[in-house]
Amino acid sequence: MNQPDGSPGVTDQGAPRALGEAAARPGFLRRFVFSLDHKVIGLQYTVTAFVFLLLGFLMMLLMRWQLAYPGQPLPFGAKLFGEDLMPGGVMQPDFYNQLGAMHGTTMVFLGVVPLAVGGFGNYLLPLQLGAPDMAFPKLNLASYWFYLAGGLLMMGSFFLPGGAAQSGWTSYPPLASLAPPGQTAWLCAMVLIITSSLLGSINFIVTVVQLRAKGLTWMRLPFFVHAQFITAFLLLLAFPPLEAAAVLQLMDRLAGTSFFLPTGLVVSGERLQVSGGGSPLLWQHLFWFLAHPEVYVLILPAMGIVAEVLANNLRKPLWGYRMMVGSATFLGFTSFIVWAHHMFITGMGTAMSAFFQTTTMIISVPSVILLTCFLLSLWGAAIRFTTPMLFALAFLPMFAIGGLTGLPLGLTTSDLYLHDTYYVIGHFHYIVAPGTLFALFAGVYHWYPKATGRQMNGPLGKLHFFGSFVAINGVFMPMFFQGMAGLSRRLYDPTVYAHGRGVQPLNKIISHSALLLALFQLPFILNFFGSLWFGEKTEENPWSATTLEWAASSPPPHGNFEAPPTAYREPYEYSVPGAPADFSPQWRKEP
Amino acid sequence: MDETRYGYWLPPDASAHGWQIDRLIGVLHVFMAALFVLWGGYLVYCLIKYRARPGHLATHALPRARFTTWAEGGVLAFELLLLAALSMPAWLAWKNARPDEAQALHVRVIAEQFVWNFHYPGLDGKFGKAAFANMSGDNPLGLFGTDGDGRDDLTTINQLHVPLGRPVILDIMSKDVIHGFNVPALRLKQDAIPGQSVSIWFTATKPGLYEIACAQLCGLAHYKMRGVVTVESPEQFLAWVRDNSPAAPAPEPK
Repeated sequence: MNQPDGSPGVTDQGAPRALGEAAARPGFLRRFVFSLDHKVIGLQYTVTAFVFLLLGFLMMLLMRWQLAYPGQPLPFGAKLFGEDLMPGGVMQPDFYNQLGAMHGTTMVFLGVVPLAVGGFGNYLLPLQLGAPDMAFPKLNLASYWFYLAGGLLMMGSFFLPGGAAQSGWTSYPPLASLAPPGQTAWLCAMVLIITSSLLGSINFIVTVVQLRAKGLTWMRLPFFVHAQFITAFLLLLAFPPLEAAAVLQLMDRLAGTSFFLPTGLVVSGERLQVSGGGSPLLWQHLFWFLAHPEVYVLILPAMGIVAEVLANNLRKPLWGYRMMVGSATFLGFTSFIVWAHHMFITGMGTAMSAFFQTTTMIISVPSVILLTCFLLSLWGAAIRFTTPMLFALAFLPMFAIGGLTGLPLGLTTSDLYLHDTYYVIGHFHYIVAPGTLFALFAGVYHWYPKATGRQMNGPLGKLHFFGSFVAINGVFMPMFFQGMAGLSRRLYDPTVYAHGRGVQPLNKIISHSALLLALFQLPFILNFFGSLWFGEKTEENPWSATTLEWAASSPPPHGNFEAPPTAYREPYEYSVPGAPADFSPQWRKEP
Repeated sequence: MDETRYGYWLPPDASAHGWQIDRLIGVLHVFMAALFVLWGGYLVYCLIKYRARPGHLATHALPRARFTTWAEGGVLAFELLLLAALSMPAWLAWKNARPDEAQALHVRVIAEQFVWNFHYPGLDGKFGKAAFANMSGDNPLGLFGTDGDGRDDLTTINQLHVPLGRPVILDIMSKDVIHGFNVPALRLKQDAIPGQSVSIWFTATKPGLYEIACAQLCGLAHYKMRGVVTVESPEQFLAWVRDNSPAAPAPEPK
């Protein structure tokens, strides 16, 4: 196999050996299903993650029907989902709660992270490093299959008696401990997914440390590589606590332990026969110790993609590259000491809350610096408004809204009111949906020619962008006002409350915008598949870009490069005075 | 008494401590809006001025921007100011100022799927004994009826009556899963966590009816775990306690 022989840097034999193997033409299964090629695995991750994103999106659309028209029958609802879940087409609270828990789980653990890390990371990391493959191709293969198994188990849990997990994506005990068997499936699936992340993260770290091309020093790495490198450390260090916690909750459910169950529980008038002595808050600590770094797992790769797309289309170097790397690293470290700001209203002491709101204010600084660097990079540019650039540019104000609305949630005094309201939903969706997802779309449009040798269609891409941009703001902006009115999240029928009825008209706007958002994804799906056959053919560097992945042919063969490339300069040397073209690639010796 | 009118912003504040919360939320949103308009304006300006067009070339040299250091320093300083001047003092003042037990009304809030149980000490101001071990379907709060202090205890479901202007201490607990005791108009929110009791306090400043909503997903009927706080004059409150106290208890067995 094309595994490097352990010596640091790219081995001389690596690439040719791999190419020779590709020429030997292994069977269909080896090439497309159980491939060890990081690019095939990356595309497997990408396609699978997009399927899960679509499923998670459809779950949300169903919930949005109930929220806009509480208790009204959904046309064909009973036919599609059966009389148990939607009798006469009217959604039942248990189905709503299942969809809520599974929407969050699917989007975060099966959609965005696998796409950003498994998809983009796998595909691009070795290419940008000038390496023939990942350091451990078999580990990479295992990582994908663990992920797929976890995802299928998660989706399959809908068919268990009592349905899928329904205690929120956070699965707080004791509610989760008492939930139907779907919760057991959720925990098992999470163990598989986390195992997948752990395998992947070790692979990423070793690859970045060991397999950089000659001349590719740390400060010559594309920002995307730095972002993935830090993300890999977050995955490696933050996921094990949740894996352990998932096993503990599994034991609470199956083996009669009480890690998260206190003494003296009385459920529906009956005393619960458990040993007791556990703590429900312990789960919250373990969960958020993962889930806050997880936020940066969601956002850092997105920033990496935005950095690549921005520099390429601004035609100038990024402003403050070193500062950006420093900020992202700092962000990674501090993301481990802010988790309890998700728990301000559990009744924690004032010293604890003082500590955690201080660290939360501190962590906003590197985010502000990163955003400022992106914005200052615009100064003196020559901006090309390509489709990927539109998505990358839209990321900036959208991420700004998501980041800024985090401030009132990070300070205890304002969080007291806003905690667990729709304000929170609006806040983190601005980070993840028009933030991260827009960046991921930018990435798809940007690297599609590299992966397929063809360009995606421009007008369809712009239709996708402008439609999605308007619709997605129609979805999430009104949520801030619902939150301001005090509306709690996770309500099957918000009109039970007077303060819910006050903002109910907004639910109609949100739901219709969500439907519109769905419609505007159709051009993307059409474009994504149609361009495989009808897209304009391109050579290896259609965007006149500078980083190493554009030195390989499109699509790159197994083993990536004809000969191991050498990096001669910084990653974003655009518009260098005196150079013959407005870009000076890393791999070319002369400017 | 009318129900509070709820709109698209914070409902009118009816508590003594709420103004600090409202002030911080207000200041933060002005700050956020200012920053966003500044960033956004700059972004739009750049998109127009630096668009690619024939004859326009990007400059390789990076602008040396001193002012960004100042801008970022300013943002940081402002955040620290918010933290040190508006958030922490308000939080500490509220969390550390437990009202005088002798003056305050003390109520236990015991959440269960899917109701709010309220346990008042009654006219004698003393709670009767209660234990989780004694809870059953007929005795949801696990009271020992024979207990001297417990004879005049008053329990309600989903109805919290409090007197205007008098401090109220609530001991928040739960019998089964985590609930969230949340009264938007009184700027109160505290998770009800099984296995522990957490005290919060407030003083109501406006008479009225205010909704209690569950803030933490607690099961199928989470969405309708609704209660009402009635803030009334001290006289009305006393009358309410009298009217609803258990009938004169039998004399204690000797």
